[in-house]
Amino acid sequence: MEKKTALNAIHRQLGAKMVDFGGWDMPLHYGSQIEEHHAVRNDSGMFDVSHMCAVDLAGPDAKKYLLRLVANNVDKLQNAGKALYSAMLNENGGVIDDLIVYFVEDGCFRIVVNAGTAEKDLLWMNSRQAEWESRVTITPRRDLSIVAVQGPNAKARVWQALPGARAVTESLKPFCAARVGDYFIATTGYTGETGFEITLPSSMVQDFWKKLLDLGVKPAGLGARDTLRLEAGMNLYGQDMDEKVSPLDAGLAWTVDLESARDFVGKAALLAHPQERQFLGLLLLDQNGVLRAHQKVLTASGEGEITSGTFSPTLERSIALARLPFKTAIGETVKVEIRNKQLAAKVVKPCFVRNGKAFV
Amino acid sequence: MTIPANLRYTGTHEWIRKEADGALTVGITEHAQELLGDLVFVELPGVGKELAKDQEAAIVESVKAASDVYAPVAGKITEVNEAVVKSPELINQDAYAAWLFKIMPSSDADYDALLDAAAYEKACHE
Repeated sequence: MEKKTALNAIHRQLGAKMVDFGGWDMPLHYGSQIEEHHAVRNDSGMFDVSHMCAVDLAGPDAKKYLLRLVANNVDKLQNAGKALYSAMLNENGGVIDDLIVYFVEDGCFRIVVNAGTAEKDLLWMNSRQAEWESRVTITPRRDLSIVAVQGPNAKARVWQALPGARAVTESLKPFCAARVGDYFIATTGYTGETGFEITLPSSMVQDFWKKLLDLGVKPAGLGARDTLRLEAGMNLYGQDMDEKVSPLDAGLAWTVDLESARDFVGKAALLAHPQERQFLGLLLLDQNGVLRAHQKVLTASGEGEITSGTFSPTLERSIALARLPFKTAIGETVKVEIRNKQLAAKVVKPCFVRNGKAFV
Repeated sequence: MTIPANLRYTGTHEWIRKEADGALTVGITEHAQELLGDLVFVELPGVGKELAKDQEAAIVESVKAASDVYAPVAGKITEVNEAVVKSPELINQDAYAAWLFKIMPSSDADYDALLDAAAYEKACHE
């Protein structure tokens, strides 16, 4: 039986095409995923991301536990409300999941994990907690829903819907969060645009969604979410990395802290196996095809593979994220095998569009 | 689901219209465009190309996936619709107006074997 978010009936009323995503019945689009994409780049769009799971960690050892569990250094979170993107690794250095850690207050953190991996993550987290005898309680918050409101006008629309939230959230820097009554409002997102990710009790989410809808925020589905995150050069778990891939080969070295003396799960494996591949962007130069996951990339220094590919609605050409030979250089022209043809693509930094502007 | 009664169909979601000169105009059905979502790329066969029945004739790609379009009959390509190459979204807007190519069948037998609207509708529900 597929899991449903509290907004499921509303998605159906809005005419969404529903698909299975990690065991959840979720909207792929509400008519045109390209229009939804442009709405987020040019105005505002909203995504039901309640399939992702918020997990609260509370107790005297909460921080100590996270320092060991997560590849990035939670010690970087010095002020309450600050957030950190990172990954949870296994002993071999493979990525169990990528996640965001929020420092809520002393002795209390919230992490948000992916939908399809949530159960596996919780098993892992509980087993670590038991093994390390950490004084921390791990509580999955399935009573909460999450709505991402993204786009240049997203914040203004949220403040219209929640006037009381403005004072507290206006001054928030990127990658921070604040609690406003029942709402946990974060300046995070997965689109490359400004906006909020708002966590709230599921009992309130339908009213909140309808209010935003009346204010002109366009509902957007998983289709637009994927093209937006790809343009922003953000990884998708299960596609760009998984348990068999080192974060160093998945463009996640920046979220891994190997500098400090701190030990964490997977550190020894990462130190023993340095980066072997480059994780970079591809821009299709030929206008006659679409880059897709698992297509072979031919470079001067060997073969690589596309991990995520799509058609970029903003650039109106195809883009991809790819794992390439270590010696691959930005600016190099490579060939991608699409069906029986070899098409030319340019190697670029994996950030194609941010804040409505093209970077390539 | 829109399935015009005056057209013929294949189980692989092509629609076919017989023209006065005997050529067959071919496109993808409303159901097919809905499954694919926003189309972003179309590749058409060269005019003059000879195709066997069920041979790959064209490719339509959406943001989501690539899909082959098959020749519904054996024959020779006589004309292609360049407008859908420039603007693939025309297919999303009106799948039965945005045709892909015209093919002159080498015999009548293939055409006679194509599905009618009722049979296609049934095939979609199977």
